[in-house]
Amino acid sequence: MDEALLRSLTPGVLAVLVRRGADFAAAEDAVQDALVEAVRSWPGEQPRDAKGWLVTVAWRKFLDARRADTARRRREDLVDQEPAPGPAPAADDTLRLYFLCAHPSLTPSSAVALTLRAVGGLTTRQIAQAYLVPEATMAQRISRAKRTVSGVRFDRPGDVATVLRVLYLVFNEGYSGDVDLAAEAIRLTRQLAAVIDHPEVAGLLALMLLHHARRAARTAPDGSLVPLAEQDRTRWDTRAIAEGVGILQAALARDRLGEFQAQAAIAALHADARCAEETDWVQIVEWYDELVRLTDSPVVRLNRAVAVGEADGPRAGLAALAPLDAALPRHAAVAAYLHERDGDLTTAARLYAEAAHRAPDLAERDYLTRRAARLNARR
Amino acid sequence: MAKYLLLKHYRGAPAPVNDVCMDQWTPEEISAHMKYMHDFAARLEKTGEFVDGQALAPEGTWVRYDGEGRPPVTDGPFAETKDLIAGWMVIDVDSYERAVELAGELSAAPGAGGKPIHEWLELRPFLAAPPTITE
Repeated sequence: MDEALLRSLTPGVLAVLVRRGADFAAAEDAVQDALVEAVRSWPGEQPRDAKGWLVTVAWRKFLDARRADTARRRREDLVDQEPAPGPAPAADDTLRLYFLCAHPSLTPSSAVALTLRAVGGLTTRQIAQAYLVPEATMAQRISRAKRTVSGVRFDRPGDVATVLRVLYLVFNEGYSGDVDLAAEAIRLTRQLAAVIDHPEVAGLLALMLLHHARRAARTAPDGSLVPLAEQDRTRWDTRAIAEGVGILQAALARDRLGEFQAQAAIAALHADARCAEETDWVQIVEWYDELVRLTDSPVVRLNRAVAVGEADGPRAGLAALAPLDAALPRHAAVAAYLHERDGDLTTAARLYAEAAHRAPDLAERDYLTRRAARLNARR
Repeated sequence: MAKYLLLKHYRGAPAPVNDVCMDQWTPEEISAHMKYMHDFAARLEKTGEFVDGQALAPEGTWVRYDGEGRPPVTDGPFAETKDLIAGWMVIDVDSYERAVELAGELSAAPGAGGKPIHEWLELRPFLAAPPTITE
């Protein structure tokens, strides 16, 4: 029994049922029943058209389930008598599923869970493990999400930006348990890129590949954080980098710039440098200017200040930092780094300690605490 | 998504508004208090925001390593003035605002006279593994 095959077919089958008008939750139940059926009967002889087989069985299960509800029988019979629609391009179905899972009525966490379930074909247990919550909690989160989108009809194209945001959320969750969410996000974004022609989908895919390529070098064996400048660049995944750069270049050539493409361009410039000193900071600052123009986000301005500090010196970086709100995440860390490079070690040590206190995760807090300790010991 | 720990204290936290010791409540008031917290947890399970929760005994002991080959130092069972945790709950929510909202709700558990105790709860974010770093 080819589990990977079943997992890759599941979203398409689900999408067909949803397109035929099945309620999302009922469609999912029917697909699960069909999968059980497949596990039972395929070891004997696997059908030639595996997806067609699953669609037929799932649709039959769906109709059976509805017919069993006697109060609704008459209405369901009418549905049953409608001829099944002819084959439609699978691409449209899958896309519909993406938009359904990223529906604006869902909270980000529900959208992420539903996407992993419906588009990714992960089990509830796998998703729960990845998010370190009990399976029952995740099951409720998913069924609430399904209820929320039940009855949502798709007569107009959804917002691609929302779908991309959900996929980026999945990517940023990293991994735990037996599912690597970053790899899963890349797989899903690849699928999306195959069914929709949009430069920002390509931009996000490139961005994910470029970040993912550096993952092995990003943490030391003891789990501590290795900053970009100190990373062992021979451990970067050059194949992923090459693929990311290729996808990005094709997207940029279409001249419809968006924030994911701009971020990917910055990541590509980092990936391009053989050592930290060779980094083209001037061009990185230019891309940050584009990003500021596209998003005008304070976090982007903060990152830009770092790049300015590298391109034009720490004083210029501090000047770029000055107008920004000190309460921004990582503001203290950036200020500490720029002061350190400027030679003001006392201020830098104080700011590193402050940044450590506000760090959002363990690895970052340890890293910043060490920086502060190193400077304090030297004074 | 972010996980938060909600901490209830036996003592050490500022006094609640409805400050009557639990041993002076009626059994019905205690049942109502327990039911409130149970219902709260059950509701969060349904919203997909519950992670875990337990009540803790009031007896706590401070323990410290006292050097190689020596038994650990303990301060005995007589903790007089220290902060003691009465129970905890871990939630997994979309935002800090939602965590505050839920903590506020839990703090309104009924106490003596069936009135909310306005208990102070401690809300602590979890430090987790780092997400993707946008260098």
